[in-house]
Amino acid sequence: MLKRDDVLQVAKLARLELSDAQVKKFSEQLNSVFELFKKIEKVELDNVEETSQVTGLRNVFKKDEIKCDEQATTCSTDNLLSNIPYREENKIIVPRIIEER
Amino acid sequence: MELLTFSISEVSKMLAEKKITSQELTESIFERIKKVEPKISAFVTLLKKSALKQAKDSDQRRSDGKILSKLDGIPIALKDLLCTKGVETTASSNILKGFVPPYNATVVNLLEQAGAVIVGKTNLDAFAHGSSTENSDFKTTKNPWDTSRVPGGSSGGSAAAVAADECLGAIGTDTGGSIRQPASLCSVVGLKPTYGRVSRYGVIAMASSLDVVGPIAKTTEDAALILEIIAGHDKLDATTLNVPVPKYSENLDKDIKGLKIGIPKEYFATGMDEDVEKVIRDTIEKMKKMGAEIYEISLPHSDYALATYYILQPAEVSSNLSRYDGIKYGFSTLRDNKNQALEDVYFKSRGEGFGAEAKRRIMLGTYVLSAGYYDAYYRKALKLRTLVKNDFERVFDKSANGVDVIVTPVSPTPAFKIGEKSDDPVKMYLSDIYTVPINPAGVPAISTPVGFVSRDGKKLPVGLQIIGPVLGEQIILNVSHQLEQNLSIKDKPEL
Repeated sequence: MLKRDDVLQVAKLARLELSDAQVKKFSEQLNSVFELFKKIEKVELDNVEETSQVTGLRNVFKKDEIKCDEQATTCSTDNLLSNIPYREENKIIVPRIIEER
Repeated sequence: MELLTFSISEVSKMLAEKKITSQELTESIFERIKKVEPKISAFVTLLKKSALKQAKDSDQRRSDGKILSKLDGIPIALKDLLCTKGVETTASSNILKGFVPPYNATVVNLLEQAGAVIVGKTNLDAFAHGSSTENSDFKTTKNPWDTSRVPGGSSGGSAAAVAADECLGAIGTDTGGSIRQPASLCSVVGLKPTYGRVSRYGVIAMASSLDVVGPIAKTTEDAALILEIIAGHDKLDATTLNVPVPKYSENLDKDIKGLKIGIPKEYFATGMDEDVEKVIRDTIEKMKKMGAEIYEISLPHSDYALATYYILQPAEVSSNLSRYDGIKYGFSTLRDNKNQALEDVYFKSRGEGFGAEAKRRIMLGTYVLSAGYYDAYYRKALKLRTLVKNDFERVFDKSANGVDVIVTPVSPTPAFKIGEKSDDPVKMYLSDIYTVPINPAGVPAISTPVGFVSRDGKKLPVGLQIIGPVLGEQIILNVSHQLEQNLSIKDKPEL
């Protein structure tokens, strides 16, 4: 059973700001989803292998090389940086994370 | 003559015989969009100007005798989950509103190289999270058969656009039924290919080990035509399979005499709408009359498949959506206030930018991956995935007298009312019960229109799911085509 504090803790891990109303609603809804998971609690799975992907492919490599499309838009710095929220010339600005002494 | 009611294969012939031009066709599609789009809301972006240019180029190629493929000059719509260079790509989410990709998804490049005309970008549940398009941060698409009902989802915009003749074919994506379920609810054909058969490069990621891209079309032959263009190995997606792509559309004529069809008893156990069940059972009876052999089979872990899916999928979602941090692209509180602490940018950008369903899935996924719950949920689900996958391998095993295809319903009910399930995530998740087991197993499946049920005096479509073994696209397309020829459903929604 997920409690209010658990929801707040998960939201913190996921870096999500939630309103009080959302915390309340999500507590109820997430608990009802966890009811769906009850089914698997008692299944015996000790000798079963895990499956993360189904292609059977392993260690697929390719050359690490720069390739531009015909109009070179995919190689234009300006184009690639055009969606950055806070930018000065070709620099992406990130808030300071280390304080000065 | 209403051009736009024809299928791709029919129109392709008319173009070849110079009875029409791509420009006329494209114009008529935009006329149709103008007329019906206010009722349907299938599109989030229309690309009339570039589409008409592409149509003009196509007509030029044709008069020069240099057409690129059967899709040359054919108007196609793209789910707005596929990146399009220089064209806003939103995943129908507020957090990606205004995002303009600097590159195309591989599938978009392949369609353009085949000469397709790109009509626009279609609506979806934000980030493909949902079964109704009600989770779109922008608008809800309406079902063309009854506009008070959902078109299904998440590729609901693509399915509705095809059903309403707003394009001749469309691209969707399917993580747990997002191509098949809307196809079923809108009476169009929707194919979820084998995992890795079609490149995911440039497709906004939902759950990367489950996501596939596939066609939604008016006929099976059209779905085959689109699939043979978009399928294949891609260096830019390391999970694509390096296996030759057959000419699917040229091998649909084999009859189904002696075909072994498996009917999984678990899928007919409980919860299915009686009228839907009747349509499905009648269809199976019909396939028997067409010469197929029907066998009852068991997929014993079906009962765990939904839980497995709803653990693995949010786990991968929470990881994939961590990239939306307000720093690199998309909605950000930094745009308006440059003087904030980094953590505040994360919390507030994500808190404001994500809709309710994205948040629920991020939280579910974060929880099942967190210390203390990883073993109880995530690891267990990975193991159950093995059992679900083994179920399918066993029933398809030719050396053990396995079946050729499996047949099930696509959706337990016809299209539901808008608002009926939007506030109850569990109810919504249960509407995927017959489609989600397919994705963890990675096998291909197609939704084929097989009939209608009546609700409030309206006809609502029912689709049949035909499941094949890994890389069995050809056989499910073949069976779907044969069934389609036999049933010959000509009904159209009245709009």
